[in-house]
Amino acid sequence: MPMTHEGEGFHLTLTVTGDVDHHGAKGLMAQIDRELEATLARDVTVDLSGVTFMDSSGIAVLLRIYRRAAEIGGTVTVQGTPVQALKVLRTAGLSKLMKIE
Amino acid sequence: MRPVNEVKLAFWSRSANEAFARTAAACFAAQLDPTLDEVNDIKTAVSEAVTNAIVHAYPDTIGKVTMRLRLFEDNTVEIVVKDTGVGIPDVEKAREPLFTTGSEERSGMGFTIMESFTDAMRVRSTPGKGTAVTLRKKIARRLGGSR
Repeated sequence: MPMTHEGEGFHLTLTVTGDVDHHGAKGLMAQIDRELEATLARDVTVDLSGVTFMDSSGIAVLLRIYRRAAEIGGTVTVQGTPVQALKVLRTAGLSKLMKIE
Repeated sequence: MRPVNEVKLAFWSRSANEAFARTAAACFAAQLDPTLDEVNDIKTAVSEAVTNAIVHAYPDTIGKVTMRLRLFEDNTVEIVVKDTGVGIPDVEKAREPLFTTGSEERSGMGFTIMESFTDAMRVRSTPGKGTAVTLRKKIARRLGGSR
């Protein structure tokens, strides 16, 4: 589950690819934590266009990003969400907390 | 109703097997000529059931997880994910959205997703003996199919 980032100032884009399941979630969260700490980003965009599968582990990953951003008054936007992942995120009601495209 | 086909798999409760299990279930269900959405629903529900067994059934050890897949004449696929682990003390509580005893990479949405992505879900669990989760999904018949 490789991840890349780009951003400047208070904005960070995290690009997540591959399968987002329990097997990879811990490593992905550690990577995301490092990026958030290194960049001190307030507003985060998560690009899921390269995600091949997502289960409820993805909900936990996005909730973690949301909590981190909310602590400092930031926002989370999810973009490029594949149909399968979108259904999972909608089932969890995540669109009440963040913009999901 | 009698099954028309059956496969049984057994694997260790290692997280690397989550992808194997959901892919195997999707391949088996392919016999019913499902749509991509139906395949994705099966993969997602199976991933949740197998992850539950891997995360919760054997907290300090590696145990065995079995998955039985059956097809029925009415185009239903049935998946039973079974472990012989610690069991669930309160199944009703475990099924509540956002309830989890897992660590922070768990969302507590596993059973909610299994229920939403299938037509029926049954959980049987005996503390100290193990848990069996049964999932059923009916695949719509499509005209022009070759089966």
